[in-house]
Amino acid sequence: MMIKITTPLTTEVIEKLTIGDEVLLNGIIYTGRDAAHKKLFELLEKGEELPVDLKGQILYYVGPTPAKPGRVIGSAGPTTSGRMDKYTPRLLDYGLKGMIGKGLRNKEVQEAIVRNKAIYFAAIGGAGALLSKTIVKSEVVAYPDLGPEAIYRLEVVDFPAIVVIDARGQNLYEVGPEKFRKE
Amino acid sequence: MRILDVKQIESAVKSMVVNANQKLSPDVFGALQQAEKSEESEVGKKILQRVIENAQIAANEELPICQDTGTAVIFLEIGQEVHLVGGNLYDAINNGVRAGYTEGYLRKSIVKDPLNRVNTGDNTPAVVHIDIVPGDKVKITVAPKGGGSENMSQLKMLKPADGVEGVKQFVIDTVRQAGSNPCPPVIVGVGIGGTFEKAALLAKKALLREVGSKNPDPLYQSLEAELLEKINKLGIGPQGLGGRITALAVHIETYPTHIASLPVAVNLNCHVARHETVIL
Repeated sequence: MMIKITTPLTTEVIEKLTIGDEVLLNGIIYTGRDAAHKKLFELLEKGEELPVDLKGQILYYVGPTPAKPGRVIGSAGPTTSGRMDKYTPRLLDYGLKGMIGKGLRNKEVQEAIVRNKAIYFAAIGGAGALLSKTIVKSEVVAYPDLGPEAIYRLEVVDFPAIVVIDARGQNLYEVGPEKFRKE
Repeated sequence: MRILDVKQIESAVKSMVVNANQKLSPDVFGALQQAEKSEESEVGKKILQRVIENAQIAANEELPICQDTGTAVIFLEIGQEVHLVGGNLYDAINNGVRAGYTEGYLRKSIVKDPLNRVNTGDNTPAVVHIDIVPGDKVKITVAPKGGGSENMSQLKMLKPADGVEGVKQFVIDTVRQAGSNPCPPVIVGVGIGGTFEKAALLAKKALLREVGSKNPDPLYQSLEAELLEKINKLGIGPQGLGGRITALAVHIETYPTHIASLPVAVNLNCHVARHETVIL
């Protein structure tokens, strides 16, 4: 069953979601990957304002390809989330509510998700052409000098994702493969 | 002696980097369709359907299949009867990469220095491997390689006493530890033998083989089949969410080695296994 969700996320909506749920995201999401995370983290550590208010928002770990003429964005699939693990607990404690990426998170991130009643979605890695079709608007809102790693504000319509770590700390990357393991 | 202008290589590289990023070769596409049929997990099946649909959209609309359009890894086999003229070969290759990645709207993912990390802005330099072979042809293979799967690759210097069991264990452990990160179903390139650097190159070259093709040596052919079966019993499945299809293929390449050594390299490729070859 597909669950429609509109951003920004509220704790009430997040608490209803459980691992394995397929969602269709609607509204604004922000992009951010390695270099942007480093900058955001350093600002928070210094007690300074972020260039984008991420409270209640979702960060999508993506570095899209450049848009061809006439298109909103190029290919835009998720990148490996684990590289952001070092910075994520700090962002969640600050107020970030959700993340979209692919792959495992470490223990600290999982604990920060539970502590802050946040959520982690997976999008299909390598399906950047398909996912780009759900992005209807795109603009760079911070760090344009970072090129593909700049922070974009994206407007999405029915962006498909799967809940992989829920607010109770259940993890589909652990539970899913266990069902099919044969040794 | 055949005269070949490096401009021809430049122009071939330019169109190949774009094409390889937009169109999955039929062997990979076929392997994904086969995987979709045999996957037992409902979620896994749905993911594979979307992956196939993604490849079709990319080909039809000339979009990159994946946003990670990769490091431009380029293999050349240059016939020793060829005389290259018209400039520096490496410059020609990099000019081709620069033009293809820029004009083809591909993502530029290369940073100039691994620690200072400033983007070069044009995806150069390429990683180039050259072999001199008999004949008067130049064979160019372009294999854009994404960071997600490359990061999960490993190399280990085993002891000869570790033998085939040690090799199997290392390959399986590498895939297990990689889990969802390299965008399974993966293609597993294994290089056994040679030296430290040779094993890594063998593993990378193993990824260029047609997906599902078999090593001609019966020993390695059966090892490929056994490893594929064991990997698919791990349960990792498409995107690591559980399922039967964790790998589409295991390809092993070997080389003679030192009496003291047993190097093994595992290079993982995501399901977007891009490679394209032309012969000039």
